[in-house]
Amino acid sequence: MLAIALLVFREVLEAALIVTVVAAATRGVARRSTFIGGGIALGVIGAIAVAIFAGMIEQAVGGSGQELFNASVLLTAVVMIGWHVIWMSSHGKEMVRQMQQVTDSVKTGSSSVAVLLAVVALAVLREGSEIVLFLYGMVASGAGRLDLLAGVPLGLVGGAAVGFALYLGLLRIPLRHFFTATNWMLVLLAAGLSSTAAGFLIQANWLSAWGGQLWNTSWLLDNGSLLGQAMHVLIGYEARPAGMQLVFWLATATVLFLGMRLTGRQETAAHTHKTVAG
Amino acid sequence: MPESSLTRATTIATPQAPGHVLTAWLLALLIALVPMVLMVPMAAVAAEMPEIALTIQNHRFDPTTLKVPANTKFKLRVTNKDTTPAEFESNDLNREKIVLPGSTVTVFIGPLKPGQYKFFDDFHQDTGQGVMVAE
Repeated sequence: MLAIALLVFREVLEAALIVTVVAAATRGVARRSTFIGGGIALGVIGAIAVAIFAGMIEQAVGGSGQELFNASVLLTAVVMIGWHVIWMSSHGKEMVRQMQQVTDSVKTGSSSVAVLLAVVALAVLREGSEIVLFLYGMVASGAGRLDLLAGVPLGLVGGAAVGFALYLGLLRIPLRHFFTATNWMLVLLAAGLSSTAAGFLIQANWLSAWGGQLWNTSWLLDNGSLLGQAMHVLIGYEARPAGMQLVFWLATATVLFLGMRLTGRQETAAHTHKTVAG
Repeated sequence: MPESSLTRATTIATPQAPGHVLTAWLLALLIALVPMVLMVPMAAVAAEMPEIALTIQNHRFDPTTLKVPANTKFKLRVTNKDTTPAEFESNDLNREKIVLPGSTVTVFIGPLKPGQYKFFDDFHQDTGQGVMVAE
């Protein structure tokens, strides 16, 4: 039972951390729970589909289908997070202003929120498909029904609880710094996902590693430990990164940072203009 | 709902300057393209690489101590002879790949410095443990 609970916990935790950052970043947005709930539901359906077609995916691209699929899912999420972060840098201030004025609720039917729904769905799909394959194996090899009935919910609740705790922690950030903070978390999240994608492409031999192991900090924080795993999801921590992973991390972080700066400046200019005109 | 908040809502939903959207999309595209440009297809090299075989049976690795060449890239071929899925994973090697029942997968590894690298079956950690020795 413990083995089942642990595996489910670790996979759920990874998805839950991503969902938490997204939930925080869309704080105050109307119908947010519907969007996030919808994202999770889509992700679960996707996870089952991916597990069923795992064999076909693997065979699809010369035996590297699994890596390419994972890398595509991750890079898609990176692009979507990038889109949201840049969108937020031009609308974030306005959202804060509204939240301060209109009882904590912002009425935005923004396309950006739909984009983050997709990020949630992709995160759940990737981690969920592993859970589905694992549980299928457990059932097929005749694991006790009690072990499954106790282990699965235990893992689910545990992983979700950690995500929820992080959310409550984030809510303590003062409102005027809140979206700046969540935006930075999204930037780090995207950079990390990008570096993980690079890892899969190296594993598939589609990318050179550019130095198989730049350094080794596993003595300090191992990726096998829970904290190491959480940091891997949140900021892309690798105890033994390949050079190419660092390149991906830095490239993504730089592009998003510059994007935020540029659109942020445009917005300030546009807003000043509007105020004068009005 | 007060009129003012409705007006503001519209403001947020439709970006004022189309320039924003364009910049954002161009940047998003750039994020997607940078990795593509960096990509070096190396299928040709793959053919000459040494191949190392590893088998999973009864949720155990065979062999549990796997000798591999150091300082060169190699192809690890993992075969799962069980009837349930396994996941070849290694934090030391920074690798993870699901191996479906009755199938063989390829994982590219290295070049490794001489030394020991632990690996495990993430779905059966109690029995599926092994170590790779690069020399």
